[in-house]
Amino acid sequence: MMKNRVGTIIGCLLILVWCLLPVAWIISLSFKSEAAITNGSPGFFPADGGGAGWDNYVAVWDNEQFRRAIFNSIGISLIATLLSVIVATLAAYAIARLEFRGKKAVLTIALAIAMFPVVSLVGPLFDMWRAIGLYDTWPGLIIPYMSFTLPLAIWTLSAFFREIPWELEQAAQVDGATSWQAFRKVIVPLAAPGVFTAAILTFFFAWNDFVFGISLTSTENARPIPASLSFFVGADPFNRPASLLAAGAVIATIPIIVIVLIFQRKIVAGLTSGAVKG
Amino acid sequence: MSAVAAPAKRRSGMSERARAENRLGQKLVAPAIVLMLLVTAFPMLRAIYLSTFDYALTAPEERQFIGLSNYLTALTDPLFWQTTGVTVLYMVVTVTIELVIGFIFAMVMHRVVFARGVIRTSILVPYGIITVVSGFAWQFAFSFQNGFVNGWLPFVGDDFNWFGQTGSAVVAIMVSEIWKTTPFMSLLLLAGLAQVSDDMIEAAKVDGATWTQRLTKVILPNMRAAIMVAVLFRALDAYRIFDNIFVMTSGAVRTESISFLTYRQTIEQFQLGMGSALSVLLFLSVLVVAFLIVRLFRVDLAQARQG
Amino acid sequence: MAAITMNHIVKQYGDGFPAVNDISIDVADGEFMILVGPSGCGKSTLLRMIVGLEDITSGDMMIGDRRVNDLAPRDRNLAMVFQNYALYPHLTVYENIAFPLRLAKTPEAELDKLVRDASATLELDEHLDRKPGNLSGGQRQRVAMGRAIVRQSDAFLFDEPLSNLDAKLRGQMRTEIARLQKRLGITTVYVTHDQTEAMTLGDRVAVLKRGILQQLATPRELYENPGNLFVAGFIGSPPMNFLPATVKGSTVELPFGSVEIPAERAERAAGRGLLIAGIRPEHFEDASLASDSVRTGSTFSAKVDAVEWLGNETYAYLPFEAPAEVRAQLEQLEKDLDGEGLRTQLVVSLDGSSRIAEGQDAEIWVDGRRIHLFDPSTGENLTVDHEHAGRILGAEVNSGKA
Repeated sequence: MMKNRVGTIIGCLLILVWCLLPVAWIISLSFKSEAAITNGSPGFFPADGGGAGWDNYVAVWDNEQFRRAIFNSIGISLIATLLSVIVATLAAYAIARLEFRGKKAVLTIALAIAMFPVVSLVGPLFDMWRAIGLYDTWPGLIIPYMSFTLPLAIWTLSAFFREIPWELEQAAQVDGATSWQAFRKVIVPLAAPGVFTAAILTFFFAWNDFVFGISLTSTENARPIPASLSFFVGADPFNRPASLLAAGAVIATIPIIVIVLIFQRKIVAGLTSGAVKG
Repeated sequence: MSAVAAPAKRRSGMSERARAENRLGQKLVAPAIVLMLLVTAFPMLRAIYLSTFDYALTAPEERQFIGLSNYLTALTDPLFWQTTGVTVLYMVVTVTIELVIGFIFAMVMHRVVFARGVIRTSILVPYGIITVVSGFAWQFAFSFQNGFVNGWLPFVGDDFNWFGQTGSAVVAIMVSEIWKTTPFMSLLLLAGLAQVSDDMIEAAKVDGATWTQRLTKVILPNMRAAIMVAVLFRALDAYRIFDNIFVMTSGAVRTESISFLTYRQTIEQFQLGMGSALSVLLFLSVLVVAFLIVRLFRVDLAQARQG
Repeated sequence: MAAITMNHIVKQYGDGFPAVNDISIDVADGEFMILVGPSGCGKSTLLRMIVGLEDITSGDMMIGDRRVNDLAPRDRNLAMVFQNYALYPHLTVYENIAFPLRLAKTPEAELDKLVRDASATLELDEHLDRKPGNLSGGQRQRVAMGRAIVRQSDAFLFDEPLSNLDAKLRGQMRTEIARLQKRLGITTVYVTHDQTEAMTLGDRVAVLKRGILQQLATPRELYENPGNLFVAGFIGSPPMNFLPATVKGSTVELPFGSVEIPAERAERAAGRGLLIAGIRPEHFEDASLASDSVRTGSTFSAKVDAVEWLGNETYAYLPFEAPAEVRAQLEQLEKDLDGEGLRTQLVVSLDGSSRIAEGQDAEIWVDGRRIHLFDPSTGENLTVDHEHAGRILGAEVNSGKA
């Protein structure tokens, strides 16, 4: 028993180190001064005199391109999430609740698309988007984000919807509710947490995307944050401004950390139900 | 005749109601289907079409039909096979290591009573972080100029350049990939672990099974479905590896994956014809990998979907 | 408050399978009616047709003097307790009970009073602010009842409400439901597969099998005068024994010996060849303890295979061989009753003071007056007392199939 406990505690520490060490590292890096980076500053923490305080953050925030990228990412990800979840909710409701021909086909298509190599679409999409004027625009990213988050959202949601005791809808009708009242007062409150979880996962996907971000944009017009970070070169193209990038990376990570902190439980439930059961 | 069974029966019957339900169901899934196909099936068909041309965006007027020549060129080029080999290496090594570490993490999370929330929150941090950020963090960590890895590893010289040759650069890329995706793996395995009933493990204890026997003869066989689904998802994901390579080496020193090669042909060199051919080949190779995994491990996809 | 009249109700599914086949039941105002039968007999479907959750293929469903076939559930003014209680997990106990009143836009003051009355009746006062997820099975059950009684509905419908509770709680809630129904005097239809609930709760009981009404009678009538083999086997615990029998004069030949039966009964079964005799376990007794009544019964001797002593009584098991013609019928009956077709054996219930032991040959007395004789091909009870058997329907419809 004692041995088990010790093992578990060591395991917990291991997990914590695993998960948080690189995060601590990038935060530490973001406080190294640019001069220290140029001269070389090995070591986990900023060396004495090599610290930069908030300078890197101020510099990144003052960068017009970076601010635009953050704005693009938030806007594009939110819109894609909203639309994707609406479309996925309709489909998942049908899959969980209704009998209809082609249900298997929907699930198969969703599964196939979840495994689709995104890069192989980039070429033709690049070509098509240029032809119809969607290249380097918000909709040009929102549309592929929706398509590729739909499978995840549909699975997660239909797994959640299957768990709803639909008998309650009938109970409400016997209690005197119209179909609409039964839906609004009983089903919506029960389904809302699932929809919300699907939205979080969808948002993560859109926020994380890189391939579409670098391929379907060319300017800060629509370029999202991951693409912008990777193209951020700085003054010396042969020596990347590591500490500036680190500061940018930390800023780009803050929304994710906040969401994780608040909705930890929902995300875990959504990930596992969506992938194992959904 | 329980109340639960009744709605199921109602579905099979009531032809008028069933027909209405059929129509409604199809109407509700239609937008999702259209969207998913619009961005995949249609471009894929276009890729197949474009792949039969010698077509560069830089010289669109010189576009001409060349049949399967692009495929022939790609398949006879050692570069294609070399990138495929590297890609398979990425996939096999990362998935194997992730499976082992992910399982250990899942066991720990399954057991832990105190600080459950803290552990689960921190496990979600790598999952949520942008891959590009993970790539940067590890690139700088491995950098001999500004990183800490060389200083911490006793058997590596302080001025060792990890990105100077293929072997070490591949290791660095794998570390970033493994760090970021192990949590996802461990959460899937945790869900599988939760489905193994404690009764069964206790019964095995009473029957005299050692810890290892309980693991190999009771726990793992009962988690089979979860493990297989996790492996399938992660393997296909790893086969498409792109972000980390782009950020950490830009494909230098032969660290290029097949996705990266395709991207470079299409977007950077504007070779739409050749790029499309590579797209089709990438797509086909993903299908082959998926097929092999399903066959090799006899993954029950129906189970994956229905739970 | 209203009577419920079911007139030739049929429920047919798309594949033509009739889940409910031409059932007519009239539930009087204030009556406690039980629908009972093994799983798949159509009892829940029938209940759901009353409340409006299933469409009625043909026939008339009347509540009071309104034909409700085409009314939505909310317009029928019925209250229902579901098998899994169907409590709204996102609402507190208070709001769960108040739900129907809120839908009816009841003024706040009146609503509060009604909810508190209901909760007092059901002793839920201390749980009003909790969510259903934190309640025990019995408490959830009471909340479901609270939601039913809080409104002035025309009738209560119960769909196997006690099947998710453990045995002890089930007994308590059974009494509770009976008491509540008597006090409110409200028309009630109650679905169950448990014959004990059927016997103890119902004013009248409708026994169903595969969508067909078998017999509609009071519990006592069902017990004493089952209309056919199915009802006889379904009502009573431990169940009635079925033995191959032939009638000669006024004696019945059973595997263990001959038993004298009343001449009037023997007459009705005369000349029909091989029959099935039905004898309830409690109509046997240890011959040494039954000396007073011996003059009206017969005794026989048989080998006792197993004995279960319960203190107040003893069950003894006596194996016997059944001829093939009868065995097929008995196996079918077992299947209809959701049972396992095990060995053919006689179960007798003896007084607790009996000293009969396993492996012994025992002298057993049987009460010949209580023996029922059934036609093996139709299942019809030949010795039924029609004046005290309510309405018997199953036999003639069954005859074709059996």
